Amino acid sequence: MKPNAPPGACEICPAHHPANLKRLGVNMDRYDFVVALAGNPNTGKSTLFNSLTGLRQHTGNWPGKTVTRAEGGFAYQGSNYKLVDLPGTYSLLSTSTDEEIARDFILFGQPDVTVIVVDATRLERNLNLVCQVLEITGRAVVCLNLMDEAERHRLTVDERSLARELGVPVVPAAARQGRGVPMLIDRIHQVATGTFVCKPHRIQSEPPALKRAVSLLVEKLGAAFPDLPNARWVALRLLEGDARIEEAVRSGELAELVRVPEGAAPAEGTG
Amino acid sequence: MSPANTREEVLEAAANLRWEVGPNLHDSLMEALYTDAARITDRVLSRDDARPAFDLDRTIDRLVTSRWLGFPIMMLLMAVVLWVTITGANVPSSLLSSLFLETLHPALKQAAAAAGLAWWLDGLLIDGMFLAMAWVVSVMLPPMAIFFPLFTLLEDFGYLPRVAFNLDRWFKKAGAHGKQALTMAMGYGCNAAGVVATRVIDSPRERLIATLTNNFSLCNGRWPTQILIATIFIGSLAPPALAGLVSAGSVMAVVLLGVGCTFLVSWGLSRTLLKGEASAFSLELPPYRPPRILQTIYTSLIDRTLIVLWRAVVFSVPAGAAIWLVSNIHLGGVSLAEHLIQGMNPFGLLIGLNGVILLAYIIAIPANEIVIPTVLMLTVLSVGLPGVGEGAGVMFEFDSASATLGVLEADGWTLLTGINLMLFSLLHNPCSTTLYTIWKETGSVKWTAASALLPIAMGFLVCFCVAQVFRWLGG
Repeated sequence: MKPNAPPGACEICPAHHPANLKRLGVNMDRYDFVVALAGNPNTGKSTLFNSLTGLRQHTGNWPGKTVTRAEGGFAYQGSNYKLVDLPGTYSLLSTSTDEEIARDFILFGQPDVTVIVVDATRLERNLNLVCQVLEITGRAVVCLNLMDEAERHRLTVDERSLARELGVPVVPAAARQGRGVPMLIDRIHQVATGTFVCKPHRIQSEPPALKRAVSLLVEKLGAAFPDLPNARWVALRLLEGDARIEEAVRSGELAELVRVPEGAAPAEGTG
Repeated sequence: MSPANTREEVLEAAANLRWEVGPNLHDSLMEALYTDAARITDRVLSRDDARPAFDLDRTIDRLVTSRWLGFPIMMLLMAVVLWVTITGANVPSSLLSSLFLETLHPALKQAAAAAGLAWWLDGLLIDGMFLAMAWVVSVMLPPMAIFFPLFTLLEDFGYLPRVAFNLDRWFKKAGAHGKQALTMAMGYGCNAAGVVATRVIDSPRERLIATLTNNFSLCNGRWPTQILIATIFIGSLAPPALAGLVSAGSVMAVVLLGVGCTFLVSWGLSRTLLKGEASAFSLELPPYRPPRILQTIYTSLIDRTLIVLWRAVVFSVPAGAAIWLVSNIHLGGVSLAEHLIQGMNPFGLLIGLNGVILLAYIIAIPANEIVIPTVLMLTVLSVGLPGVGEGAGVMFEFDSASATLGVLEADGWTLLTGINLMLFSLLHNPCSTTLYTIWKETGSVKWTAASALLPIAMGFLVCFCVAQVFRWLGG
């Protein structure tokens, strides 16, 4: 099922330039793009964070290890990237501290790219979070991590079909061994610079009454906040009575989420 | 229409529509998410259904979380880690201490003499501050450099969540959070690190319980005390062939007593000052992963060992100065230290300790690892043994356990003093590094004070009771 690359293709592929990567550690005085690392607990976000930034954040094989948000940077093809390692969460819909930190950062911090790290051996449960993130931001890359373990468990994931289903790039990786990292960086770069345009998956199986309510509310939101990128998700949160989002609507904070065109300066507020 | 009005309209519309979609919005949304996720998974995932005859992960899990084998395996692993730490640290520790104490210390003294430094300045700087720092580094660095990487390897392998799984039932009964097992385990390396690790606990109530009880995990600064005293007082009771086993067993008993105290105090706190139910949490048991050894050693050395060591050094330097000062400031011909020892001796003897031990614990607050050298120095000072030791306010340690025993017995130490010192080493206030960390993490003077006073009160009580029983038995 996995199509084999023709010989020689790797050498000419733009991803094949690991030398282009410059690990900046914590020295981030200016940056062009903000990249958030989201994902379920214990999927290897911190390991990926370390291999991208060259930092040595403590990693551990237990969920809930990242208790504070870690930041670092890397440079690739002349652009400086600021990388933010978010605490792992199973969902963005309930109200634990971790989930709020992750949710607020993805929504209000407006990362240019959100990398959703996925445990390939627990795909279904991880896709729950992916679908939720894709409701908030379409500018995402899915990193299909722990491929080595998936192979050990004799699981095969058709990453092309997955990318087609989700509408965002999917990169298979084994971050502990550094496998797939160059390709991931390249995809991040493509999404950040707008070379790759995502068509993010939206939740499709909701009941008709909900569908109708959402589309009505999206219309209203469109009048108040033209060009809001995640109106559907905001509508869902409002229907559920999320106080934080209601406040953002009332104060007009939500208007700041309307994305400025490509290449403009990134948002300041990241915290 | 003003923008504020349009915005209010959105909220209004949402409030109205909420009635239409009904109260099950959250559920139907979750359902939609699950349906989508399942559908996509179905399309992209294929598995080789030929089940392997032997699933390693499952087998390991069945063993380490088994009802019967779980606890013995846990204790065995802990004993192995401790044994490797203790035996492995011996050689580098003695190398470091000979470097610091036999080479650097005399060299510094000579340089000071050559420079014509005043005797008190030379004493304060070299015999006080430098020696305290040298002690802390040579006693603390090797065990930490072994313990933390071993611990991190177990963590990387995926064992720690299983420990939490095994202990969860007990913590729940005590009204505490199951993740406290993780912070408790960290405490065996260093309580300050354990206190920082309580950040993994969401509920503030349960986090405070974990913080307050972390001190009951014997930190590596206290291991040397335990091992030395167990060897010279308890191991010597057994025939030589069994001495090692008996003393190791008695140290393990103190460790288990600490675990018992953790549960007891957690239980007490969650029923009095920190009332509440244990909160539920989900802890995924991650797959076992072969640990990356070099990387683990590197990160645990940088992240844990050096940071903890540095803090201990910072706190030990003023302690060294204090030790030297109390032994060298004389009031009415007698040093301040002797005044203090005499003053505290009655209370000390009442609880089966003595004035020297109490004073040593007061001036060694910055770092538990300098307790034993301070005790020896103060004992020699107060007993006035001629020709032993290095002079007033100079910390030293004997090369052999029997020489130590000789000095201690000259000061009236008995088996009771030994046992109680081991108990008191477990049950006393945390070192100042840990207290500072607790204060920084909780931001509360009240809880910092509580975490210092609670164990010390328990220590006095336990030592007093043991002393009464011991004397009653005619020991």
